Amino acid sequence: MSVAPAPAEAPSLASPAQRTGAELLLDALEEQGVEVIFGYPGGAVLPIYDALFSRDSIRHILVRHEQGAAHAAEGYARSTGKVGVLLVTSGPGATNAVTGLTDALLDSVPIVCITGQVPRKLIGTDAFQECDTVGITRSCTKHNYLVTAAERIPGIVHEAFHIARNGRPGPIVIDIPKDVQFERAEYVPRAQAKVRDCVPATRISITQIEQAVELMRQARKPVLYTGGGIVNSGPQASAALRTLARETGFPVTSTLMGLGAFPASDPQWLGMLGMHGSFEANNAMHDCDLMVCIGARFDDRVTGRLDAFSPNSRKIHIDIDPSSINKNVPVDLAIVADAGAALEALVAQWRARAQAAPCDRARIELWRRQIETWRARKSFSYAPCDRRIKPQYAVERLYALTRGKDVYITTEVGQHQMWAAQHFHFEEPNRWMTSGGLGTMGYGLPAAIGVQTAFPDALVIDIAGDASVQMTMQEMSTAVQHDLPIKVFILNNAYLGMVRQWQELLHGGRYSHSYSASLPDFVKLAEAYGCVGLRAEKPEELDAKIEEMLAVNRPVIFDCVVTQEENVFPMIPSGAAHNEMLFGDAEARRHEVSAKGKVLV
Amino acid sequence: MADDAPLAPVIADEGPAREAIVAAIVDNEPGVLARIVGLVSARGYNIESLTVAETDVERHTSRITLVTRGTEAKIEQIKAQLARLVPVRRVIDVSLEQDALERELALIKVVNSGEQRVESMRLAEIFRARALDTTHTSFVFEITGARAKINAFIELMRPLGLKEVSRTGVLSIRRGTGTD
Repeated sequence: MSVAPAPAEAPSLASPAQRTGAELLLDALEEQGVEVIFGYPGGAVLPIYDALFSRDSIRHILVRHEQGAAHAAEGYARSTGKVGVLLVTSGPGATNAVTGLTDALLDSVPIVCITGQVPRKLIGTDAFQECDTVGITRSCTKHNYLVTAAERIPGIVHEAFHIARNGRPGPIVIDIPKDVQFERAEYVPRAQAKVRDCVPATRISITQIEQAVELMRQARKPVLYTGGGIVNSGPQASAALRTLARETGFPVTSTLMGLGAFPASDPQWLGMLGMHGSFEANNAMHDCDLMVCIGARFDDRVTGRLDAFSPNSRKIHIDIDPSSINKNVPVDLAIVADAGAALEALVAQWRARAQAAPCDRARIELWRRQIETWRARKSFSYAPCDRRIKPQYAVERLYALTRGKDVYITTEVGQHQMWAAQHFHFEEPNRWMTSGGLGTMGYGLPAAIGVQTAFPDALVIDIAGDASVQMTMQEMSTAVQHDLPIKVFILNNAYLGMVRQWQELLHGGRYSHSYSASLPDFVKLAEAYGCVGLRAEKPEELDAKIEEMLAVNRPVIFDCVVTQEENVFPMIPSGAAHNEMLFGDAEARRHEVSAKGKVLV
Repeated sequence: MADDAPLAPVIADEGPAREAIVAAIVDNEPGVLARIVGLVSARGYNIESLTVAETDVERHTSRITLVTRGTEAKIEQIKAQLARLVPVRRVIDVSLEQDALERELALIKVVNSGEQRVESMRLAEIFRARALDTTHTSFVFEITGARAKINAFIELMRPLGLKEVSRTGVLSIRRGTGTD
């Protein structure tokens, strides 16, 4: 079938303009500007792979597991702002992609996942490699489709991309039965395709912007609480945030997802907020009289105990998704809008008001001084050690030695992720890729592959943990095959570190199954994969080894052996309020987590 | 979600729970009902009744009417979540609309004799319920009306030998010339 010349198919009734479903799919992807697909072939997508064989316009990255394809597509999407695409087969191909799809849903990442399906006649017969893909993925996608005829493919692809990238971005699944991939139909160009909107885009109400600016002008203790919505909105949103912060003088904090939208070197930067956020950010959130939330969603990691959350503030919430508003925290002024558009409107209105009557900066002078006293607490500091490498020190050195380079950071999930967020500092958006909402261990390595695919010459580092990295370790093989020189920087404490930390704080130090026994020798593992393995065990050798890693233009696994029982501080224990932070082990041991807090994750 | 669920995350949605009738106009495509039911159950809301059928053949749309209970905040959240679904074109909070009509049909079986039998017949007349089926010891009544009226009728039948109830779920439409 794959090499059948055109005359062999002449008996079909298809007109010459008609193409197979597989070709239609690739035509539509091409028109949507897709340059790269992360995928894994299998029986139900063979026609698509066959069509891909003769196309040079679309690059295919062969992963080693479909979860890796999904995370790679996420990494690609988050670093470029484009839609990431993955292609997997039916049955296990689709189920393996589910974790990545859910991750993309919770972190609002635009990806499109093409899955193969058994032929239409076999659907529902428990055929080989059949699963109810649209049923399984219904709750972990923004929308999904089962394509019932080839003529529908172009329209569905165009709508899928529209939905993935517009409004609150998210993952889409397009499930295509194998016989539909062979069926012939005519192409429908993007301009002619009918697309539906998820939530219709609304015009920003100027009245609400006026009210917001009025509240901002009256505030004495304001804080800008920003999130991933600003990164998703694009670079102009980050630029508008910087302008707004500069002109208002308001301090800025950010969620884990929003790091980089505001430069960490700016004096108005408070650092990340939330469970492992900075003392100054969390206290500012607790004590403020005006909270301007832009593109964040009052996640439980951010708010801590809800009934003690920022008790004395008026709250403005700007979100593109109406269902985020008043979901966890009731707000005083809700603006449903794209973060960038809203920020630009706020800047314009602030300037207009300031021209008529300049806002007195002295209003917030006391607040600024209060914040400086909190900042002086240096809440991310740790006890240095000259015999063993502290994980925080390792991240600090990595940051110091990569400054000025074109660097992208991905992470896995756990302690190393929090240390990376605390000690690696970002000046620009789209430079920080981490699994925030779902908390997917194994995200970082494939995500780094996605980033490196988009930026072949950039320095892409996956700051990893020894446990997380093993969940998708097989993707090193992908990196080697496609010459993607990612750097996997493992903070190796031989523990499931965050699990161990919680067991220490909440379960009497009974480290039930959280010790990583039988760890592989990561250096030898790197060599087995055909890449470079490095190890650092002493603080004095760390810098030289990092330099060595940076000098190699091949994939590297860096085994950074760190102190084993280090905990992430500061910390808001479960069920506590923002102003009840713990700073170190001694204090944590004294602290009793309430029964109610224990139940929370 | 039960109101007394132990140690549920603290959500600031105090205030009394109310019954809400929510209608959604949706594209009639495969899986749309599963999408709505899945969303409602995944987020822990209760569906007390649900009706669905294609209502506009030309535009290929269906009307789904569901009855749910919750605090004001929770109902707002349900509406916002429903509106987020791609095939959902519009969400209408029927119980808040001044010009909304709601109707439900119920079939109610009572098994009784003697004085109870006379009393159930008398009440059925007051409620304009029709006896669809009669034996010497039973009635099946058909009753239509607002949900509250049907609830009231069922309560009255309970001491009179109520055996079984079958209900269609609530339908809704706008009064006057306006349409959804």
